[in-house]
Amino acid sequence: MARAATTADAFNAVAEPRRRAILDALAGGERPVNDLVRVLGIAQPQVSKHLRVLREVGAVDVRDEGRQRVYRLNGPALKPIHDWVKSYERTWSARFDEMDAVLEELKQKEQGDGDGDR
Amino acid sequence: METVTGSRRATVTLPTDEQILITREFDAPKHLVYKAWTTPELVKRWWSAKRGEVTIAEIDLRVGGKWRYVMIASEGFEVGFHGEYREIVPEERLVSTEVYEGMPEGEALDTLTLTESDGRTTLTLLVEHSCKEHRDAHINSGMEDGLQDALDLLEQVAVSLR
Repeated sequence: MARAATTADAFNAVAEPRRRAILDALAGGERPVNDLVRVLGIAQPQVSKHLRVLREVGAVDVRDEGRQRVYRLNGPALKPIHDWVKSYERTWSARFDEMDAVLEELKQKEQGDGDGDR
Repeated sequence: METVTGSRRATVTLPTDEQILITREFDAPKHLVYKAWTTPELVKRWWSAKRGEVTIAEIDLRVGGKWRYVMIASEGFEVGFHGEYREIVPEERLVSTEVYEGMPEGEALDTLTLTESDGRTTLTLLVEHSCKEHRDAHINSGMEDGLQDALDLLEQVAVSLR
């Protein structure tokens, strides 16, 4: 559960709404920077700044195509976040499933004790 | 297995930067859910989530009273949590603090709510991190407007990785 006290990780990278917007845009396929500037409606330097953060954690990859820089999503870098929540959800799901069994027993015991009223 | 278990799936959402909300419906009246939640020998049966054995389940159910759960995981390591009860409305609402002993400087506030309808109970557990260090150690650290939309995206990403 604990993670290193660094800003350069996937958790921090998706903490910023604009960066999530970039990831959303790239989820549909790779895009050149100009495209992202248009989609996000913010200035290129800002888009570049966010892309740099995303690149540092490996959330996006970049390649040069002629004079354009084309970005694409790199899913595996974001998987730790997904796994964290999923494992949390799995833990609670498993606990609740166990509780179902306990409750079934309590219900039967209560019915066996009389009219079901306490 | 009964197919009905599918409709009883637990959901985990992150309403704000500092919160985790867990929701689950049970086919049992709330006084029994409360009993399962607050009786040590019953907690021992479900809290490990089948990942080990609960060796300690102490519950001093009064305001200011302490609780402590310890589990030995199947892999061998020990996991402990403890806290203090802050507010108790029997069978309806239970507010307590929660400290993960692997990170004792952090403390969360847990609010359990039980509502019953037609003999079924909806359980909600709201976990609120009050301490920045603790919060930062968790997924919701630094989130500016919640993580849910990021998670929706990541869900798609992860599906594509399987």
